[in-house]
Amino acid sequence: MTADAGRAAGPSVPDDAELGGSAVRDDAGGSEPGAPRRVAVAGGANVLPVLIGVAVIAIIFQLLNDRFLSTGNLVNLFVQASVFMLIGMGEVFVLLLGEIDLSLGYVAGIGGVIVTELVQARTGWPWWSAVATALLATGAIGFLQGSLVTRLRLPSFVVTLAGLLGWQGAMIIILGTGGTIPIPNATITGIANGTLPPLGGWALAGAVVAGYAAMTIGGDAKRRATGIAAPRRSTTVLKVLGVAVAAVAIALLTNADRGVGRYTLRGMPYVIPLVFAVLLLWSTVLTRTRFGRYVYAIGGNAEAARRAGIALGWVRTLAFTFAGTTAGVGGIVYASRLRSMSTSFDGGTIVLYVVATAVIGGTSLFGGRGHPLHAVLGGVVIAAIVNGMALLGLSAAIQLIATAIVLLASIFVDVVIRRRGAAG
Amino acid sequence: MSDEPARQPLGAAAEPLLRLVDVRKSFGAVHAMRGVNLTVPAAKVTALVGDNGAGKSVTVKVIAGTHLPDEGQMFWEGRPVRPRTPRESAALGIEVVYQDLALCDNLDVVQNMFLGRETVRRGFLDEDAMERAAMRTLADLRVTTVQSVRLPVAALSGGQRQSVAVAKAVMWNSKLVILDEPTAALGVAQTRQVLGLVRRLAERGLGVLIISHNLTDVFAVADRIAVMRLGMVVSEGPATQTDVQTVVEFMTTGKARAA
Repeated sequence: MTADAGRAAGPSVPDDAELGGSAVRDDAGGSEPGAPRRVAVAGGANVLPVLIGVAVIAIIFQLLNDRFLSTGNLVNLFVQASVFMLIGMGEVFVLLLGEIDLSLGYVAGIGGVIVTELVQARTGWPWWSAVATALLATGAIGFLQGSLVTRLRLPSFVVTLAGLLGWQGAMIIILGTGGTIPIPNATITGIANGTLPPLGGWALAGAVVAGYAAMTIGGDAKRRATGIAAPRRSTTVLKVLGVAVAAVAIALLTNADRGVGRYTLRGMPYVIPLVFAVLLLWSTVLTRTRFGRYVYAIGGNAEAARRAGIALGWVRTLAFTFAGTTAGVGGIVYASRLRSMSTSFDGGTIVLYVVATAVIGGTSLFGGRGHPLHAVLGGVVIAAIVNGMALLGLSAAIQLIATAIVLLASIFVDVVIRRRGAAG
Repeated sequence: MSDEPARQPLGAAAEPLLRLVDVRKSFGAVHAMRGVNLTVPAAKVTALVGDNGAGKSVTVKVIAGTHLPDEGQMFWEGRPVRPRTPRESAALGIEVVYQDLALCDNLDVVQNMFLGRETVRRGFLDEDAMERAAMRTLADLRVTTVQSVRLPVAALSGGQRQSVAVAKAVMWNSKLVILDEPTAALGVAQTRQVLGLVRRLAERGLGVLIISHNLTDVFAVADRIAVMRLGMVVSEGPATQTDVQTVVEFMTTGKARAA
């Protein structure tokens, strides 16, 4: 800007080396106008691929076995999926940090076992105190493992791998050599087996749609009123419509008669509102609170978060704690569904399904990108595969191989998205 | 008659924003700062140049509170200060934009600008208030290239990211902004963009200390130039009274060649 600038062009030192790099960055800047709509929010929920995936899987299994899309099987599939969804929402917390928790399967197992033991006739605890104790215990496990990761700086992979072994051992000790222990409490078994009355299901679906519409439309209006850019009205309307269609579909499906023969069965299983409540809670925490913002920040750039004065250790530990608690909820639903807990509970396979659940839904293994909704959508995919293969009577060997392929495919998609993100 | 000229109280306005007096810092046997004297006035761009290992980074870290000096004094608006952490120096009004920018790629512009200092209302983040404040700051700095403040930083170009990092630094009533190699990774057009932004900071009354290798940029933007060599400031003065040749001489030999 001064006359000296021109004269100084000669001796400037490291500039040439930098030029190559800056040319690439210029490209990144140039391609930017097209990119924005894709990733609107941190952890942007680009859910289209997973919806397409669900449709493809559904068509394949339906062609192979026409019972797959029957009302009874679909509702059953949702209940099956709820375990993956719940534990998966816990896993999302840890994945967002760029860590992994391999113990969540057996942490869930511990939750299920504690509830099972506490409601036995000889202990006779009321169901709610049994549930509270189980959630406190699984939260404490998460806190312990999170502390080992943050305070002692041990890799989360190893700490939670130890957890995977250790908590299985603890679970077997609590269960004793008895093998399978049934749950004598109707409230606990009702969580996964009971249903809302049909009217209740409709009321709930209506409330969800109304609440969502009020929040998005009201939020947009407030933004427009204060002069900040709001999403286009058509986008908002489409989003509300999407939620409405999903809610009505679920209500219709669960309220259709799925009984066998003269026996009628209809109504929304309690686990659907339960999963929804956990989803609402965790997405609020992650997207509307400081703690949630810091979880994303640490996953995106831990050093930047540290320089911003964020207490990394506490945020990480708390995330592991929430993951443990959420897995505990999943474990209780698991026990409720089977009306029992047994030493054959396979938390190792479950945790792999759960990681796949989150990743298939769109949560990154590398941290910083993800949302609890991903676990819910991914849970449908995983449960559809598990359920469909069982329906076809495929051997366990084939099921394992198919799951492996799905896991690899989802991680492949994750890596490709990440590479594209890094390139611009 | 006047045997106390230097001691005379000059009044707050005459005191420079920041003054280092004979600051020393060693790491074991390595004397990184061997008595640094440096003045950074408000409303001016001061460039700190020097070869690798001259002590520029350590000087920045001492000012920022990352390192504690072994000896010497630091005056902030005339008062002796001794920031022990980055937090303490930020409380004084000192913000550093490091070369790596410390932005979270996955967060958007607003989220980055408010990271660690979010506006909260009734326990929840007040996104709209933060967005308005961020837009105001960017508009004040005439950063117009960022299309939407809700874009994740990963989608921005190098110059835009630098602008966001600078805007983040000036948002918090800072009085001194230290920029570490702000143009090192940028192309020609983006460098011009960022240098324009640096000038505007000084026009707004902020003190700017810019660390750079690139003498073209330094002469394009700086009002004052301080040259460091082997842990000391060997030359300090208005940019108009020196030229590239002289600065290079100071950088390499510590003295100006007799013309």
